[in-house]
Amino acid sequence: MTRNLWLVLRRLGLAFGLVLAVLAVNFTLIHSAPGDPAMVIAGEMGGADEAAMAAIRKNYGLDKPLPEQFVTYIGRSLHGDLGTSYTYNRPVSELILDRLGPTILLVLTALLGAICIGTLMGVLASRRPDSLFSGVVTVFSLIGYAMPVFWTGILLVILFGKVWPIMPIAGMRDVRMMGAGTWASMLDVLHHLVLPAVTLGLIYVAQYSRLARASMLEVLGSDYIRTARAKGLGVWAVTFKHALRNAMMPLVTIAGLQFGNLISGAVLVETVFSWPGLGTLALDAILGRDYPTLLGVLTFSAILVIVANLLTDVSYRWIDPRLRGR
Amino acid sequence: MTEYSPLLSVKGLGVEFRTRRGVARVLDDVGFELHRGQTLGVVGESGCGKSVTALAVMQLISQPPGRITGGEVRFDGRDLLQFSESEMRRVRGNRISMIFQEPMTSLNPAYTVGDQIAEAVRLHEGLSKAASLARAVEMLDAVGIPAAAQRLHEYPHQFSGGMRQRVMIAMALACKPDVLIADEPTTALDVTVQAQIFDLIADMRERTGTAVMLITHDMGAIAEMADRVVVMYAGRIVEAGAVRDILSAPQHPYTRGLIACAPGRRTVAPGQPLEEIPGTVPSLLERDAGCLFANRCAKVMPRCRAELPPVTTQAGGHQVACWLNQETSA
Repeated sequence: MTRNLWLVLRRLGLAFGLVLAVLAVNFTLIHSAPGDPAMVIAGEMGGADEAAMAAIRKNYGLDKPLPEQFVTYIGRSLHGDLGTSYTYNRPVSELILDRLGPTILLVLTALLGAICIGTLMGVLASRRPDSLFSGVVTVFSLIGYAMPVFWTGILLVILFGKVWPIMPIAGMRDVRMMGAGTWASMLDVLHHLVLPAVTLGLIYVAQYSRLARASMLEVLGSDYIRTARAKGLGVWAVTFKHALRNAMMPLVTIAGLQFGNLISGAVLVETVFSWPGLGTLALDAILGRDYPTLLGVLTFSAILVIVANLLTDVSYRWIDPRLRGR
Repeated sequence: MTEYSPLLSVKGLGVEFRTRRGVARVLDDVGFELHRGQTLGVVGESGCGKSVTALAVMQLISQPPGRITGGEVRFDGRDLLQFSESEMRRVRGNRISMIFQEPMTSLNPAYTVGDQIAEAVRLHEGLSKAASLARAVEMLDAVGIPAAAQRLHEYPHQFSGGMRQRVMIAMALACKPDVLIADEPTTALDVTVQAQIFDLIADMRERTGTAVMLITHDMGAIAEMADRVVVMYAGRIVEAGAVRDILSAPQHPYTRGLIACAPGRRTVAPGQPLEEIPGTVPSLLERDAGCLFANRCAKVMPRCRAELPPVTTQAGGHQVACWLNQETSA
């Protein structure tokens, strides 16, 4: 038990170091990009003279040398203070916490949905690898894999916005539902969630179904599957109890590795569907040269990815007993 | 002498496999009988159809590419080949069990050995989880695994190869089957462990009265354990009989070759090569008209290449399919 605790602590230490590194890289990258935030802010104020520009720079600490800005930034970040947004004039941490929920809702729905549906499709296809269904799954996954997220999103917006308007195509809540009961507003959010989640998850359904099919085919050929059948177990017990668990490893690996892609996909999807999450916040921050907000969003997505990887590691141990205690 | 009806009786069993290069007849007219409490040895070199015979009895041949082309597998008076899949599931692991060649990979790495043994018991006897785990402990204990109650909760990777084969035997015998099919149970194990596993199988047979179909190419094990022996070559049975008759007076040139090949039965002087049967097993894709062993046989006659030799039965139920035998007995 102490060994496991030690492992966890070591992992957390590594993760902390990783977050620091991410902070440093992000800071450097953003400050080496062209563009001057003071100009943008001045532009939004309707123009300013040199004195006003200097005041803005002084106000946001932009007049200090970069290394000093960096040290200040890291120091504050460690205290949970991510600075103040240039655009919104609010603490960045507040902005992020407001937007974090919708993004997590979107990303987890897409990911879990994709894992469940993709795995199920792959498992069913692997039962009869030469069947029509298996062929359909293969073709579907090729098409799904080839469709860019923003393009799928736009197609769905056209389809459900114009041709068949049964789904909301923008936002997370209907203004007419403000003040409705808890259940009604939850249903409203779910209704709004359908299209963005489908758009974001589609490509992963494609990938998981392919991967699950290949992985299951491999596992179904192994000796312990023959043992399970020789024991008298039925097809479904063999498939779902004995085969699937062993076939899950590559799926979990990919799901963990792709969590980063999923978040960058979320930026696109949120933009297409005006989903009020971190993605739209990041886009606004980029366009408005809102450095603190952008840095904050990047840091937060890095933390999300690191947490996802920790969870992946934990689930490895849960799935495969051979990895426990290592 | 009263003739008891056999527990398992296979007649005219044929199996084909579709391959990219054509249809391979993997089993052709295979027949044998297994009586209660007996051990039947099945010998022959790799690829002669021993394992396929076992899988055909269990109906575990994947179809396609495999196909059972004919014959019957009578078990306790009923033909298993006529059974539906769900009827067959009640036979597998319950009345006929099987252990395999590769103990290292035959257990599911994701579940504890206790779970895997108890699963069969729960499935066939409808016991509760606790009762089935208690049975699992009993079985692990019976197959000689020390501290069974603790090891119950361990995973296959925490066991050695020999121990895993013991677990497999415990699992196979957990529902007290009538027949245990052991498909080369020791091939993947160390020599010292091989003897232990054979002893264990013999011991369990004594204790439970389970009939054993022992597939092996270990002639020594056959000599010690089997009551009757079936010799297979290229998917056909070439000789069958009581173990005494087969080992002391083999009739078929292939059987003689097999026995001569077995080291240890006769001391070979240092530096002297071991005996071998020249040539290799013929392709099962294109079968010639005659005896399948003709091309490797030292005593081949023109007739052997033209016609398949019929089976002749001698005293004591000793059966041989060889023209040589036909000539001498005629």
